[in-house]
Amino acid sequence: MKKLFNRVEFSKIFSLSLLLLSQLLVTPLFAQEETAEPAEAEATEAAADLGGDPVKGKQLFNQNCAACHALNRKMTGPALANVETRLYDDEGLDKEWLNAWIRNSAGMIASGDAYAVRIYNEYNQAAMTAFPTLSDQDIDDILAYTAAPPPAPVATAAAAADNGTGTGDSGGISNQIILGALAVIFGLLVVMLFLVNRTLRRIAEANGVELAKETAAQRTPIWKAFAQNQFLVFCSVVVLLLGSAYFAFAWMSQIGVDQGYAPIQPIHYSHKIHAGDNKIECQYCHSSARVSKHSGIPSLNVCMNCHKSIYEYTGNPEGPSAEDLANGYTNEFYTNEIKKLYKAVGWDEENQRYTGESQPVEWVRIHNLPDFAYFNHAQHVTAGNIECQTCHGPVEEMEIMYQYSPLTMGWCINCHRETEVQVANNGYYKKIHDELSKKYGVEKLTAAQMGGLECGKCHY
Amino acid sequence: MASNKKYWKSEAELNPNDSIVETLKQNEFVEHIPVDDFLGDKENLEGSSTSRRDFLKYVGFSTAAATMAACEGPVHKSVPYVIQPENIVPGVANYYATTIADGFDFASILVKTREGRPIKIENNDRAKTLGGANARINASVLSLYDSKRVQGPMAGGEPIEWNILDATVKAKLAGLQNSGKQVVLLTQTYASPSTDKLIGEFSQQFGNVSHVVYDAISEDAALNAYEAAYGERALADYDFSKSDLIVSFDADFLGDWQGGGYDSGYAKGRVPHEGKMSRHIHMEGNMSLTGANADTRVPMKPSEIKVALAKLYGKLNGSTIGGGSSDIDGLVDAIAAEIRKAGSKAVVVCGLNDMNAQRVTLAINELLQSEAFDPDTPRYIRKGNAAQLNKLVADMNAGRVGMLLIDGVNPMYSLPNASDFAEGLAKVDVSIYFGFNNDETAKAVTHVAAVSHYLESWGDAELKKGHYSLMQPVIRELFDTRQFQNCLLTWMGGERTYYDYVKENWSVTILNGTSWNKALQDGVFEKVAPTVAEGDEVVAATTVAETEATATEEVVSTVSSISAALRALASSTSNGMELTLYSKVGMGDGKQANNPWLQEFPDPISRVSWDNYITISKADAVDLSLENYNVANGGLDGSYVNVTVGDTTVENVPVIIQPGQAKGTIGLSFGYGRKEGMQEEMATGVNAFPLYKDFNNVQAVSLAKAAGIHEFACIQLHNTLMGRGDIIKETTLQEFNTEDAHVWNPVPQVSLDHQEVPATTVDLWESFDRSIGHHFNMSIDLNACTGCGACVIACHAENNVPVVGKKEIRLSRDMHWLRIDRYYSSEETFGSDVDEKEAAPEGYRGTMLSLENPSENPQVAFQPVMCQHCNHAPCETVCPVAATAHSRQGHNHMAYNRCVGTRYCANNCPYKVRRFNWFLYNNNDEFNFYMNNDLGKMVLNPDVNVRSRGVMEKCSWCIQMTQKTILDAKKEGREVKDGEFQTACSSACNSGAIVFGDINDNESKVAKLKKDERMYHLLEHVGTQPNVFYHVKVRNTNEA
Repeated sequence: MKKLFNRVEFSKIFSLSLLLLSQLLVTPLFAQEETAEPAEAEATEAAADLGGDPVKGKQLFNQNCAACHALNRKMTGPALANVETRLYDDEGLDKEWLNAWIRNSAGMIASGDAYAVRIYNEYNQAAMTAFPTLSDQDIDDILAYTAAPPPAPVATAAAAADNGTGTGDSGGISNQIILGALAVIFGLLVVMLFLVNRTLRRIAEANGVELAKETAAQRTPIWKAFAQNQFLVFCSVVVLLLGSAYFAFAWMSQIGVDQGYAPIQPIHYSHKIHAGDNKIECQYCHSSARVSKHSGIPSLNVCMNCHKSIYEYTGNPEGPSAEDLANGYTNEFYTNEIKKLYKAVGWDEENQRYTGESQPVEWVRIHNLPDFAYFNHAQHVTAGNIECQTCHGPVEEMEIMYQYSPLTMGWCINCHRETEVQVANNGYYKKIHDELSKKYGVEKLTAAQMGGLECGKCHY
Repeated sequence: MASNKKYWKSEAELNPNDSIVETLKQNEFVEHIPVDDFLGDKENLEGSSTSRRDFLKYVGFSTAAATMAACEGPVHKSVPYVIQPENIVPGVANYYATTIADGFDFASILVKTREGRPIKIENNDRAKTLGGANARINASVLSLYDSKRVQGPMAGGEPIEWNILDATVKAKLAGLQNSGKQVVLLTQTYASPSTDKLIGEFSQQFGNVSHVVYDAISEDAALNAYEAAYGERALADYDFSKSDLIVSFDADFLGDWQGGGYDSGYAKGRVPHEGKMSRHIHMEGNMSLTGANADTRVPMKPSEIKVALAKLYGKLNGSTIGGGSSDIDGLVDAIAAEIRKAGSKAVVVCGLNDMNAQRVTLAINELLQSEAFDPDTPRYIRKGNAAQLNKLVADMNAGRVGMLLIDGVNPMYSLPNASDFAEGLAKVDVSIYFGFNNDETAKAVTHVAAVSHYLESWGDAELKKGHYSLMQPVIRELFDTRQFQNCLLTWMGGERTYYDYVKENWSVTILNGTSWNKALQDGVFEKVAPTVAEGDEVVAATTVAETEATATEEVVSTVSSISAALRALASSTSNGMELTLYSKVGMGDGKQANNPWLQEFPDPISRVSWDNYITISKADAVDLSLENYNVANGGLDGSYVNVTVGDTTVENVPVIIQPGQAKGTIGLSFGYGRKEGMQEEMATGVNAFPLYKDFNNVQAVSLAKAAGIHEFACIQLHNTLMGRGDIIKETTLQEFNTEDAHVWNPVPQVSLDHQEVPATTVDLWESFDRSIGHHFNMSIDLNACTGCGACVIACHAENNVPVVGKKEIRLSRDMHWLRIDRYYSSEETFGSDVDEKEAAPEGYRGTMLSLENPSENPQVAFQPVMCQHCNHAPCETVCPVAATAHSRQGHNHMAYNRCVGTRYCANNCPYKVRRFNWFLYNNNDEFNFYMNNDLGKMVLNPDVNVRSRGVMEKCSWCIQMTQKTILDAKKEGREVKDGEFQTACSSACNSGAIVFGDINDNESKVAKLKKDERMYHLLEHVGTQPNVFYHVKVRNTNEA
């Protein structure tokens, strides 16, 4: 009775603590939202004075300007925070000038406007795209956005950091509590069991019950009997040998199969961030997969298409997850990897230009087909319309790229047996398909039926 | 019964007092072995820190460590571009049109590059002139990666910087300007309008500059003759496709005669079309490739050929020319009759380096108004001037030359009077050699300016009047080299590069408004002759009248000089042996002697690789007791001779007894015997240039047998067909036109149930259905094939075929996937061989033995043989591991990784086309050819495996190319067009003999060729049903 009571008591405490924990978890999130809202409101208010809508302006800025401009940082073009007031204060140029510049900068340079020419030369004579379609209101909105005080990035970051550590801690505590509680319960159970047993024994002794003891039989031990039966020994040796041969074979056939191979790369490139979070198409970077036998590791100038503007990692709005933090994948970590890219490609961040001193990146090759096997990406990607993920696995979830498929011949062959050839709308297959489907009496054809299992198709 | 015979192991035992024998009776070794010295020294052994146990520990540890280390797979690095060039996609080949103009070979070509590396030469089908690559041009891509290249400028054998060389030259040029000493440019023929212009400007700037053009193998006589007749130093062009009768007086026009490149035109006329084909009569001393292809070949001494030529002119002209034997008269009568019948459809060509002969030849063609003869748009690809060269050597020796620039020629090797040149060179203040290898000339000059390969250079060429071709670099300079023209531009001062120069020159003088980029993409540009406008007609007419008037005057003078030429020709007499020097299809003038592909390329006629040799007739060989014989391992051995021309003797030249060699003549090829700047393995043969007196390829010669036996690397043991008419089917044009196909192209009969049935109807196997998809077939027309061997080298380049070296070739371990068998007839014709074999009685051993000997003037047939890709392949049934298997597309596949090297397949192959890798031919110092260094490996085709030791390989029908064609079609969603499917050999074939395609496409060329009556399969009675088929060779032997 006493124990039963205890148990109820404990579960009560346990559920209570859980409730507490969840509360702890949830509150900071609300807190963050609360702090964010007034900041936004403040910005809107400030911008309203300038006759523009900074929220709309932000959207327009991101659509039109962000490729070359940042607010507080020189990029292809100058930093644009408070550009309107800055121009007015420093150069005496009014909004009219700015409007004209945005709509047709080339014309202004051609007309010989002093500041226009100066800024053009200052930024490596990179002509700014003309935006004749932007209305006055649009420009006002954008300017309002640039004029708005930056949404306290430090505060947010700090909040995010606090938040991060907070959740991390609370998660740790709850885990520890649960584990501790469980350990206590198990300990109690063991003690109980021992106590019950002892009580029962005592009762039995008191009642005079004779405990049946194991009587040691005087038969030959089973192992001795086994050793004496030569036929049995022979049979089991044969079975043992065959069995071990089977397992040895199985073991040996995995030699050289590097499924799961995930080497450490010179730059920590996260497919998860690029292909997963940002949903970049595989073939944006691995463009030669469409036309060539190689998928191609993208050259660094392809990275720079985006990373000219993306110079730091800001991560998820919620901040790095506990798992990421455990692995050390902080925002600073990723930003640092971008810096590695800049070093390799020879990008001078300060002056926004290439220094010409590059160090090609020596990636570690993950998928190593032997030389005697010919594989062509274009055949599978373009002609076969096969998803990259079919062979490479959920790349968009891979923080560290690894070899998903075994790349064995059996694996290739299986797929060739099962995969249907993409004959639709392909003039090449028209005649062959009609004839073959008649021959096999099927509507759909597999790669194998097209001759995809012949040795010479891959070995030459 | 006891015997008192005494057995002895060595001669020494016969001497009773031999001390060594005595010692050996007692001891195992003659000398005391100092074992005690190193084992008896106890102190030392004990003092050693390494005990026996330690030793075992080390061994154990290192073995274990090595084993553990081997468990981990190697880590491969992948290094992408930092900035990827826009037009390079890894894995996709780029093609660029360019031009080879190395002074000997001229052609418009395409270069295939992969990831920026040129890996193969292809024909440029947009070029109407010289658009085909011969064997040497195909191999020139490997010369780019020659490990013996000069890698930077040198002075006195020591490397220097370019700016030092530039300063030296500039100072010298300035110093020489008023010194009275000349600056001389001694160069190859460029045929380049821009280079000519540049040299002109160079001369103008520095004054007292002269330009001497020198061809190692001279066409001086033909150039002089053309100049005398037409006023321009050039070579008349011929289009053999327009002629029905070709009479060649020792002109090896399928070889390198007047720059070569005539094979495609010739082959067009050789394929019987509506019962007609061209007829080819050939007179020559050596057995040349052209002679081997002739319908009627007359072996003659060169001196007799001259007489015959003079007589022919006389016959056609109606005058009588005396001299010569009655045999010649008979021959000339017959030829003249045929020529008269053919009229303007006949053409006469002459290969003798004799100005009279060349003048008469031009005159005959004019007389005939030959359609094939084209003097209006002459070739510019030979410009060498022997007189100027002789003057230069004299000037040099007189100390009148202050500076000598040598480009594209190697005079110290190729000049017959190289020693005079060397003496003269020593008197030249500054001599600069634009050297590719550190060769003979490079060793003799003061400065070597490392020159770029043509694949690294800009340039242009006017191959034929109005037919231009552009040269563009396809790779950045591999080493610190510069092309000749860029050096001139630098030394002239100014910033311009030769690229700017060519571009400017083209836009101003050549392109006439056409886009430069278009011309560069095409690689060729044809300048259309300005058409006469209607208003100018009257003017034109008057001009014509005037021209005619002057023409008559010219004719008078020409006639007088022609008669002098005829007299000179007719009076030519023969004194003793005559030597004809020639260039081999594989080696040319020896520029690419350091190219292992060319060294290993078997000569189409003699089938000997890695050598040059004296070719001699059987009768002369018997007189001089020279012999050729095969030894037990199949290798060919031959005697040596010493060859003497005038006061020059070349010693120890090996001898090949050449069927068809005219009695009283011998032949020797140029291009071999280079010693300097060569890899040791490639320094083969003897140098024939010292015998090339006065640049005359015919010399009076004396021979003397020398001691010793030469070991040849000859890959054909058996020279005759032995009457086996089913290997090469042959017929005459008359029979072909009048008889049914089964007469001249009989299907072999086999016995089935004791009934004779056609072999094609008997089948051991279930046939496989190949009617769907592609079914590849290859057609080889024996009429069109000239045996030039471009396909052999193209196959080498495409398929990473290893080079095995002379020793292995001698052991018949050649690796060529494609060979061109050459057969001689043992009677006068192959037909009579068959008759003799048929007539032979039961147990005809005697007859058969006699059939083994080729005739004195045999018929010759060439037959390219590669894997026949049999539908019922005998190799497949015997492979124990199923490494070779059949595809539904007709390929016979070979999976190297499956092969365990039993060689059963090679034994069971009736065509003997399988090649076994006896050794590891890559990364092996024993086979130090291109696959043993990083530079040479750059030529490897990344789409084809490099095979390892112990596996069988063979022709794959370039499956990588057919697969690519199919994939391209799939990607573009279209059907494959006819002509898209190619193999390396079919696309390299200039004569159109090899055609590859899909026979399931009824409209394809190959499907039509398969239905042709001339079609037959090799060894059809075996029942292998090959996918390669041949076309019966038809000879136009019916004389008029």
